[in-house]
Amino acid sequence: MSIKSFRMALNEAMRQEMERDPTVIALGEDIAGGMGALGQQDAWGDVLGASKGLLGEFGRNRIFDTPISESAFIGAAAGAAVAGLRPIAQLMFVDFFGVCGDQIVNQMAKFRYMFGGKATTPVVVRTLFGAGTRAASQHSQCLYPIFTHIPGLKVVIPSSPYEAKGLMIQAIRDDDPVIFFEHKAMYDDVGEVPDEPYAIPFGQANLLRAGGSASIVATGRMVKHAMQAAAALEQAGMPCDVIDLRTTSPLDTNTILTSVAKTGRLVIVDEASPRCGLAADISAMVAQEAFGSLRAPIRMVTPPHTPVPFAPVLEDAYVPGPAQIEAAVRALLEPRK
Amino acid sequence: MQMNAQQLMDAYQGMCTIREFEERVHKEFATGQIPGFVHLYAGEEASAVGVCMDLRPEDHIASTHRGHGHAIAKGCDVGAMMKEIFGRQGGLCKGKGGSMHIADIAKGMLGANGIVGGGPPLACGAALAAKVKGTQAVAVAFFGDGAFNQGTTLESMNFAAVYALPVLFVLEDNGYAESTASSWSIGGHNPVRRAEGFGLRGNRVDGHDFFAVYRAAKEALARMRAGGGPEFLHIEFTRYFGHFEGDQMTYRPPGEVKEERNYLDCLKFMRARLVSAGLVQPQVLDRIEAEAAALIEDAVGGARAAPPPDRADLLTDVYKTYPGALA
Ligand SMILES: Cc1ncc(C[n+]2csc(CCOP(=O)(O)OP(=O)(O)O)c2C)c(N)n1
Repeated sequence: MSIKSFRMALNEAMRQEMERDPTVIALGEDIAGGMGALGQQDAWGDVLGASKGLLGEFGRNRIFDTPISESAFIGAAAGAAVAGLRPIAQLMFVDFFGVCGDQIVNQMAKFRYMFGGKATTPVVVRTLFGAGTRAASQHSQCLYPIFTHIPGLKVVIPSSPYEAKGLMIQAIRDDDPVIFFEHKAMYDDVGEVPDEPYAIPFGQANLLRAGGSASIVATGRMVKHAMQAAAALEQAGMPCDVIDLRTTSPLDTNTILTSVAKTGRLVIVDEASPRCGLAADISAMVAQEAFGSLRAPIRMVTPPHTPVPFAPVLEDAYVPGPAQIEAAVRALLEPRK
Repeated sequence: MQMNAQQLMDAYQGMCTIREFEERVHKEFATGQIPGFVHLYAGEEASAVGVCMDLRPEDHIASTHRGHGHAIAKGCDVGAMMKEIFGRQGGLCKGKGGSMHIADIAKGMLGANGIVGGGPPLACGAALAAKVKGTQAVAVAFFGDGAFNQGTTLESMNFAAVYALPVLFVLEDNGYAESTASSWSIGGHNPVRRAEGFGLRGNRVDGHDFFAVYRAAKEALARMRAGGGPEFLHIEFTRYFGHFEGDQMTYRPPGEVKEERNYLDCLKFMRARLVSAGLVQPQVLDRIEAEAAALIEDAVGGARAAPPPDRADLLTDVYKTYPGALA
């Protein structure tokens, strides 16, 4: 066990799986970097450096830089997957999914079902997402609800370096297409990460903190904010459950419902746009399955329904933080008028 | 190709303004004054200015993530651009877009673009609008060597060819897409022939030579205005800075940029031509350079002094609002 960054955790997961399984390949723009530049190998190791060193170790028959042609190479990953490889394809920022949407939504997501269960498509699409880096409207979105909406895709959102490694290993071993969301503002986060390979199963949410006052459900970077809010609330005598969903498809409804049955109060924190989003989805599920145990209305903490702005003051006002989460829990606990 | 003295001075001034703007943004970024992603255009000035010289206000351009030069060449306000890049009030896009999305529709500048290959379809649309409305307006799609492999770019060339749309496709080949060399990534290694395959007339141009760019663009635009359909220019040069600010350029051979800057710089090249041919006095060029520096100094001062946007602006401009209607 040692302290590793989110970036290093991802790198280790990919390296260990590539060592273990010769059918694992990786492809994407600049994932090695400097392709074609004489004498330059692995100059970038992808845009934030997560795949650095893999080219040197596994060579050009396993690591493929690609032209900027997402339709071609994300689709090629799907094709290679049905043909027997386990590709890890990088869609640099999830905002770019528009240029290869067909290959994800209509091709890889549908093969198993459309072909009567005869196709297996073990492809991982790694992608960067999230606000907080002043990257503005076309580079900051949280499009995981869009993928969660599509049957056939598994959607994973790690919340720490430990989670990143375990979930990435599971993603690579998984036989279905997985969209793997890496929050770009978390790449330098550090934490304990075991050196040996380990897989975190999909569809099992993580109860990070227990307390009976309210249930806080979050994903990705919002888990950090939820934990911070929960620490403050505990100080104030309002200990909460904090649940990291880990995967939004499959969704661990059981852990959510068990918690709500105990606390009777639910706050869902979602960094994505609020309309037709994850928070709304979970809210509807709980209203349907556990209406009787609710002692207060469900609260959703999300950004407003606007694109992500550029200017720092505006972006800071956009992204939900610990203060909003704390306020939402407090509002639920106030005696109802 | 005849340019009068005023045009020559204007062209030099445009290029100096872009260079000064980019050098200054580079410095300000290093001091932490500028948030977000910034991609600089320095080294490529002859392309933006050479192509845009013969454009009219009603013509449109679609730009790239490296869009400051195009915006300046199409007449966008430099002070408002600087404020935008700093994320301040009075910014060209109210601080909502930043460097990567800088735009001014009123000037026919359809925006820098965060999506590689996002621009060419937009240029086709502007050209289609000109056709439907029966104006003589044309459109220019600027895109990089990386974007030249993107489906949207190839689809746009075909679409423009099918409808003989007046779109000038300008491939700005600075040798790299992020860390990926264009010599490696462009299959067939012959952009002009690729464009010709779609039915476009194509030309390869030395991007260090303003006069070569200007001549090629002027001729293409004239043919397009006369109904000749889409054309293609492959303009080659080097970018002076990293892909984005902060990029250490580990993928580039050491000294590559320095060599280019010393021997192939488009500004030095133009200055030398103007002086040696006796077209413009050196003192006049000195004055133009000083004016560009002063203009940018002013723009930076204005940006620094401007307040950040109002937090309430977060919720504005998402939709057009109609009086009395529900939000
Ligand atoms: C669809 C899409 N894919 C990938 C990216 C990430 N990206 C931003 S700029 C860039 C390189 C673009 O290279 P090129 O078109 O040659 O333009 P240059 O940067 O050289 O001016 C890449 C891959 C993006 N913004 N959009």
